[in-house]
Amino acid sequence: MRPIWTIGRAIRFAILSAGALVMLAPYIWMISVSLKPRSEIFNATFELLPEHWGAVENYTKAMTRIPMLTLLGNGAIVCAAILLFQTVFAIPCAYALAKLRFRGAEPIFALVMMGLLIPVQTTALPIYVVFSDLNLLNSLSALVIPFMLSVFAIFLFRQFFRSMPDDLIHAARLDGMGELGIVWRVIVPNAWPAATAFAIFSVVAHWNDLFWPLIVITRMPLATPPLGLIFFQAAEAGDDYGALMAATTIVTLPLVLLFLFAQRRFIEGITLSGLKG
Amino acid sequence: MPDGSGLPEGIVLSSAARAMRRVEARAAWGLAAPTLVLMAILLVLPTIAVLLLSLTDWELGAAHLGFVGFDNYVELAHDRTFVTSLRNTLIFAAIVTPVSVVLGLGAALLIEAEPIGKTFFRTAYFMPVVSLIVAMATVWQYLLHPTIGPLNALLRLAGMGGPNWLGSSDTVLVSLAIIGVWQAVGFNMVLFLAGLTAIPRDLYAAAEVDGVKTGWDRFWTVTWPLLAPTTLFVVTITLIQAVKVFETVATLTQGGPSKASEVLLWTIYQEGFVYLHVGYASAMTIVFVAILMVVTLLQTRVLERRVHY
Repeated sequence: MRPIWTIGRAIRFAILSAGALVMLAPYIWMISVSLKPRSEIFNATFELLPEHWGAVENYTKAMTRIPMLTLLGNGAIVCAAILLFQTVFAIPCAYALAKLRFRGAEPIFALVMMGLLIPVQTTALPIYVVFSDLNLLNSLSALVIPFMLSVFAIFLFRQFFRSMPDDLIHAARLDGMGELGIVWRVIVPNAWPAATAFAIFSVVAHWNDLFWPLIVITRMPLATPPLGLIFFQAAEAGDDYGALMAATTIVTLPLVLLFLFAQRRFIEGITLSGLKG
Repeated sequence: MPDGSGLPEGIVLSSAARAMRRVEARAAWGLAAPTLVLMAILLVLPTIAVLLLSLTDWELGAAHLGFVGFDNYVELAHDRTFVTSLRNTLIFAAIVTPVSVVLGLGAALLIEAEPIGKTFFRTAYFMPVVSLIVAMATVWQYLLHPTIGPLNALLRLAGMGGPNWLGSSDTVLVSLAIIGVWQAVGFNMVLFLAGLTAIPRDLYAAAEVDGVKTGWDRFWTVTWPLLAPTTLFVVTITLIQAVKVFETVATLTQGGPSKASEVLLWTIYQEGFVYLHVGYASAMTIVFVAILMVVTLLQTRVLERRVHY
């Protein structure tokens, strides 16, 4: 079809563009405000570019008033550790459920499906009580441990492994490989599509999470980016919008950039959460 | 299945084959064991614990733990804050779900039909889904600011006085819902786009032969019925996400003003982790989980009965 401009199409295009503008408006203003000095922010004009630049002051505040690099580092460490544990535990179990014959397969899978129905907030209270008893609160471990198991990862990898050809596994067995060797050398190298999608899903979820960090962390040096922002907002009484928007831009940037570079994978990974509900 | 092999009865295996099966079963248990241990510690036991705790009056740090039966649940029904919270959550979900589903479907249909700019539009609409929610909430706080925010500046330009969006108990839920819709539209759009590409092209051609001429008729005779499973799925997910609203409330309103934005997860957080009323908050958690399970089960029921084509 050759793109011919009709009135209908012009209207459609206008609606789509207006929609895109609304979706992007918060980003445009976030960056705009982060460049402005205090006085201009309080003037409420529609000028997007500042008359006098406040960018240096705002971004310096965002980097120094809160330990920004520590926050980003904490976020990265926590997300990486969670993802590592989730896949290391899920892949062997998913392989056993998908490809090995044993009496546990059905009951374990039923348990996984039940686990999918239970939202993460359900187990927060008992886990908090135990962590408090074990003096684990205010530690990075407290941020990681509750999420080491992902029933969703088990479910996803099982579905993926089921479609892998049995011949591959039989051949490996004939070569004298043990089951653990098969997981490590045959399954894992072939699991990349599922693993990438799950990695994006998991990292986005935990990078964004506020509920659990808010519960177990009360000290800035251990905060994740969302929690650090909340501390910052509370400390600055929330009215130094220039610095706040600078901090906001810095913490929003990593995932948005990754998304822009690998859109298709991101959309695949995140829409997986649809399966989870 | 006495040998645990999972084979149908009547198939006789040689002893060598049976030995292989035993090795396989043992390996499988070995591979699953670490996960099973974790599942018991992190999922099964805490879930049972929260159920049992909901039947007690326990507070964190208290030496005494009394069994109170269903008293917590009875108290919840008369708890002003909890009832308000439940109502607010349902109102929030009742706004966000239909609006973001309809807008998501609309965006998908328009993007699907438009030959240029597909990638740009998809990216723009999807961006909120990958953005740090807490960070974007603070941006919305600025956008909705009663005096310095651009939205009210725009309204003033049009000669209207803008409300104190997040600061007034009349508009706070609507304001949070606007942010919720902004977050959810892109996600719904992507699911609808996937649903649309799954509709076979020749069905549209067939409909045209049958006299379906306008785009409007095409939508109602072909697209809408074939999209029904996707729509049901999108509605369920959006509903579940809406009931779980927490980040924006924690960042922007903390349940205020005067409990007008008190929502379930925020109330549970306050009761359980700030006031440490573990028993009472456990009962709230059970109600919260029950609501989500009802939504999921309803979806399954509808899926089994209605959405066939």
